[in-house]
Amino acid sequence: MEKQTKDHAALAEAFIQDEEHVNWHDGALWWIRQKRDIASKQIPEWEALREAASQIKSNVLSNLHDYLVQFEANAIKNGIKVHWAADAEEHNAIVYSILKEKDIRQMVKSKSMLTEECHLNEYLIERGVDVINSDLGEYIQQLDNEPPSHIVLPCIHKRKEEIGELFHEHLGTEKGVSDPTLLTRVARGHLRNVFVTRRAALTGVNFAVAETGEYVVCTNEGNADMGAHLSEVQIASMGLEKIVPLKKHLGVFLRLLARSATGQPITIYSSHFKKPREGQEMHLILVDYGRSRQLGRPEFRDSLKCIRCGACMNTCPVYRKSGGLSYHNTISGPIGAILAPNLDMKKHADLPFASTLCGSCSNVCPVKINIHDQLYQWRQVIVREGYAANTKVLSMKAMAWTLSSPTSYSTMGRAGRWVLNNIPFAVNNKFNPWYKQREMPDGPKESFGEWYAKNNG
Amino acid sequence: MSIRENILAAVLKNQPPASPLPDIDSFKGDAQDIISTYCDVFTSIGGQVFVVKNFTEVAALIKKNFDSTKRIVTTLSELSDVFELLSTSVDPHTFNDVELAIIKAELAVAENGAVWLPEQRMGQRIIPYICQHLAVIVPAETIVPTLHEAYRQIGEGQYGFGAFIGGPSKTADIEQALVLGAHGPITMTVFVLK
Amino acid sequence: MRVGLFIPCYVNQFYPQAAIATLQLLRKLGVDVVYPPRQTCCGQPMANSGFEHLTQECNDLFLENFSGFDYIVAPSASCVLHVKQHLHSATDPALADRIRSSVYELVEFLTDVLKVDNLKARFPHKVGIHQSCHGLRGLYLAQMSELNALPFSKPVHLLNMVDGLELVTLDRPDECCGFGGTFCVAEEAVSVKMGKDRVTDHTKNGAEYITSVDLSCLMHLEGILQRNKSAVKAVHIAEILNSTL
Repeated sequence: MEKQTKDHAALAEAFIQDEEHVNWHDGALWWIRQKRDIASKQIPEWEALREAASQIKSNVLSNLHDYLVQFEANAIKNGIKVHWAADAEEHNAIVYSILKEKDIRQMVKSKSMLTEECHLNEYLIERGVDVINSDLGEYIQQLDNEPPSHIVLPCIHKRKEEIGELFHEHLGTEKGVSDPTLLTRVARGHLRNVFVTRRAALTGVNFAVAETGEYVVCTNEGNADMGAHLSEVQIASMGLEKIVPLKKHLGVFLRLLARSATGQPITIYSSHFKKPREGQEMHLILVDYGRSRQLGRPEFRDSLKCIRCGACMNTCPVYRKSGGLSYHNTISGPIGAILAPNLDMKKHADLPFASTLCGSCSNVCPVKINIHDQLYQWRQVIVREGYAANTKVLSMKAMAWTLSSPTSYSTMGRAGRWVLNNIPFAVNNKFNPWYKQREMPDGPKESFGEWYAKNNG
Repeated sequence: MSIRENILAAVLKNQPPASPLPDIDSFKGDAQDIISTYCDVFTSIGGQVFVVKNFTEVAALIKKNFDSTKRIVTTLSELSDVFELLSTSVDPHTFNDVELAIIKAELAVAENGAVWLPEQRMGQRIIPYICQHLAVIVPAETIVPTLHEAYRQIGEGQYGFGAFIGGPSKTADIEQALVLGAHGPITMTVFVLK
Repeated sequence: MRVGLFIPCYVNQFYPQAAIATLQLLRKLGVDVVYPPRQTCCGQPMANSGFEHLTQECNDLFLENFSGFDYIVAPSASCVLHVKQHLHSATDPALADRIRSSVYELVEFLTDVLKVDNLKARFPHKVGIHQSCHGLRGLYLAQMSELNALPFSKPVHLLNMVDGLELVTLDRPDECCGFGGTFCVAEEAVSVKMGKDRVTDHTKNGAEYITSVDLSCLMHLEGILQRNKSAVKAVHIAEILNSTL
């Protein structure tokens, strides 16, 4: 999964080869975007809610230290065992040590992007602990040994026939069966058996309330609860930024989350975990993994406001046409492209460029993250830090030199339309990607400047 | 320094200057036609609603709509002579064969159809998830317009676990085709008690 | 009122007819328009590629060219937005401030400054509007579909004054065309797929012309239309508003 040989452009190009599939993918996600529009427009104060949510998150970021301390104290008072992890390795080691102490070798896990980021499954499997993802989409992705392509809809890039084939291979369904209801029923049967036999369950965290020390987990399937309430050890992994100050703030976020994500009025289950069940152990791991560093980047810290609704992916035309896996990062799409460079700028140098900066993402974002502005800013940082390709640096310097002087510009213009030969999107030769599927504009007899000089001189 | 102290120090060093909390108390829902709004929304999310006058009606409707030969459990003393009163102390795994669970909500939210269930109302935390079908009694006067009123009413809450549940368990992970009954209940029925 | 005409580099080279239409339209409306000849580029192609630090000389040149006007008007939302957001001066920040706030895209200049309420224009065709993202979400030329807010559209307001023109309704009224500056070559496959899908939305809904406030989007869409030998044409909004067909 860590191996990366191709960048977004190349991976996207491969995805686009099957145009009928791309059309389906694009249409499915656009439909979700439309459901989100309908849901948001049923709430007259929608834009005020977004603003409030954004301000609450600003407050969280500006007081994060105190809120973390407060949350921790309240959680401990509630009987939750709180752990701290600076990075993925520490997080994974904590999970493993909790399981090892109880001699537990099988765990069920509900959706947690953080544990995907940390590659927890691989870590545990290497140490002889079996992990099963219980969210249906993530379960399917696990069967196929692939990461999720979307944070809310993990296997949205797959057709039902492919899923049917996977079920045939791994779960023994009849060949050719691809009906979604039938396949879901089969998975329900298998996973029910998993839930009732696992002693440990791990969940993610959507919100953690500093005021009360409780945390909220949102699912539609009920898989987080099935795991948690049947286990003797419950583990929750949360990024530092998931804090909300007061319980009443949940009202704002829960009104926004599901409507933004899928157009539902609320996720089916919004579970508030405060204390362990009698006889149960409840652990919570607070994970930094780059978050405190992102907090220190003024132009990028607002990315930490993200509540992982996925609306930016559904609305992003680049995402819809290129598929989530083309972002080669756990969190794909526009939000992934502004989070990933913080963790590894070199590896993810291509992601902020995988956008037209159309701005749709920022305007569907329920916490009003200025995603497209941050994409622009990351481009500046990536170039400044030396991660732009050398050829690009040279051509940009040449362009800057020419454009900085009207004399060199007009000389070059007259000597064969400088722009035609040098503006990156207008280089008129057979190596030019523009020309592969598009005609060049017809070269006019004279430029506007020349026309103006003649007619208004 | 410990890992905890290191992280907290990095956070303190990097956090921006104080930014005030917004006033969210002005967010209020519309209390008009609240019962019919609730019923419409809950139906639209795949639930089934009956408006009833008393528990006798509830019991009759359950007998009519569910398979009484299978295990039906409840937390409600009003229904205990008809259905099994569930034990709060047995191993939660023993509920894996429950066909229908009947419990009572503390409140419900008109805008999104969800019911609020602190664990005391569930009997056991696993109950509303492990059953094949879920039925919830909602006293009409406990319906509030939005989550803002709901959280005002819940306050800190005396629970170790509580949940908003808004409909039957669902997934659309396979080609966005909606399937009710992912891992939890395949159906959810609400009895609005008026 | 003295207006400086800002004609972006690629418009100057490839689409002089749109620049001429802009000039003629403004003059018809009684505006004193001048084209400062020493223009090159606003610097956007470099800045959007991560090289904003190389644009200071472009900025200085822009300031030099446009310091003497009440308004600066350009037939390009994208370039105008770039100037509004990124024009800076190391030596005269006050001048940069003033220019940033006096630069207008043509349609917004016509609606907000001139407050045009009728046009003697005729264009008897079915037209689809391509909302340029920078015009829509950057300059707020129309309400975007993402927000729960009152609808309005400055381009539609003006096009409704054109005799014989019929606007077509699109399935996705404000989706990006995929041009995106250097994105159009760096991410060629995605860019073209996005463009093809936009074109299809217009053609299947009966457009004979696709118009926009941005020629960069139109250049991309036109390239796809022409490659596919489509009869549908791309035309800048200035050419329609100046048309007397």
